[in-house]
Amino acid sequence: MNVVDIQNLNYVIDSSVILNDISFSVKEGDFLGIIGPNGAGKTILFYCMLGLIENYDGKIDILGSDTRKNPSIRKKIGYVPQKRTIYNEFPATAEEIVSMAVFEKNSYNKVHSVLKVVDLFDQRNKRFNQLSGGQQQRLLIAKAIVNDPILLILDEPTNAVDLEQQNNFFTLLNKLNKEDHVTIIWSSHDLEAISNYSNKIGCINKQLFFHGTSKDFSENKHLLNTFDEFSMYFHMHTHEHK
Amino acid sequence: MLEIFQYAFIQKALISGISLSVLCSIIGLFLVLRRQALFGDALSHMAFGGIAVGIYSNVYPLWTAFILSIVASIGITKIRQITNLPSDSLIAVLLSFGFSLGVILISLSNGFSVDLFSFLFGSILLVNNIDIVTIILSTISIAIITKIFFKKFMYLSFDEDQAKASGLSVSKLNYLFVTMVAVTVIVSMKLAGILLISSLLVLPNLSALLLGYGFKKTLLISIIISISCVFFGILLSYALDLAPSGTVVMALVGIFIGIFFKKGLFKNYASINRLRNMPHH
Repeated sequence: MNVVDIQNLNYVIDSSVILNDISFSVKEGDFLGIIGPNGAGKTILFYCMLGLIENYDGKIDILGSDTRKNPSIRKKIGYVPQKRTIYNEFPATAEEIVSMAVFEKNSYNKVHSVLKVVDLFDQRNKRFNQLSGGQQQRLLIAKAIVNDPILLILDEPTNAVDLEQQNNFFTLLNKLNKEDHVTIIWSSHDLEAISNYSNKIGCINKQLFFHGTSKDFSENKHLLNTFDEFSMYFHMHTHEHK
Repeated sequence: MLEIFQYAFIQKALISGISLSVLCSIIGLFLVLRRQALFGDALSHMAFGGIAVGIYSNVYPLWTAFILSIVASIGITKIRQITNLPSDSLIAVLLSFGFSLGVILISLSNGFSVDLFSFLFGSILLVNNIDIVTIILSTISIAIITKIFFKKFMYLSFDEDQAKASGLSVSKLNYLFVTMVAVTVIVSMKLAGILLISSLLVLPNLSALLLGYGFKKTLLISIIISISCVFFGILLSYALDLAPSGTVVMALVGIFIGIFFKKGLFKNYASINRLRNMPHH
């Protein structure tokens, strides 16, 4: 079953092409990593999928429904935005941040159990800015998965996270993917991380250059050379090294 | 000193003042976190235009102020949704428009009247029973609506895009919220007056934010600060024969400066930076 089905997606702002004829599908249980340079359109692609941008051409079906026509389908999607867009000093505890994503009554047990899943239960009374980079990222995942999504979308989740915390982070994502059958789509500049943790890879720079298994990707020397150069640049500039 | 509480006008002033403190703290926290602290100011200036319309056309001024503020708040929300114009610039347009409308109509009405002055600078010691009932009912209604939509308003303040991505009807919630702001501004004019209303919305919340607690505690602290300043501000203004609105606002400013120096400047400078780092919506 396809969780995501994108056909001929085009998005243009003021005559500038942002996404050019993008088509691909994501199957249930996929762990798709999307790699591309800055300005490649990764975030815009996610915004179109989430229905945050609606004036695109083409077709995006999530679980068989167009998010523009059926906004309620968004409740089946967990979304972790880039951390730099988060209001770091927002006056809310970890528990309050997760609970604001739960709209049903008596969310107490649900919030506590998801905080335990991401190993932040003991930190539940700390504010966002009192958590480490890795803990902040896990908290955002907790908020994204608290409503049991079928699809989890993460926009550059490994930026500004050190390598040890990155490993813990992907252990958690792998568990969600394998044990809870959550389909995952994530983006990064980091070729090494994309190759290591994804079973499917998409290469994007306004258009989709490649979409296939990580094995096929690693055997494609031309693509590896193209993306390795900028990947190394961003790796050096966006990660905390201990 | 205690005989002051026997005066009916002081009792009415304290009851309505405390009720308005709660109301302004609730609405103000969301406004501050949404980086729309001046939205209340813009609506109060729009209300000034509305009051001038009322006085000019011999209609009860609060009704015209109420209608213009609601229309303006919904209009500006719509414009914000369909354009990429920054919120603060739209607020500046609204503020200028409301004030110029008022000034023009006043010039046509041959100058300022006593009524207009009481709306401009507040007249908490002159509240009547109808005012008190209106203020208390508005506070209870808005507190109940906030309680029902608390998490959703909180989510909108945290990140509007994430809230929308999670399936929330962001535009409907925004319309509801700005209508609540308009009601708050209109009923609060009695206490602080048009020119000082934003201080009631912003200052207690800003002071509470500096203390660095979670959301509910921040709101509770803001309410306590606001009630204390209004209570003692009104008493002090009576004792020293000062303008009540100005005294209340100066008390709020004093609390803010006190917390700023104790927590912000010397111990936790990052708390101040949070105010600069708020994301644009």
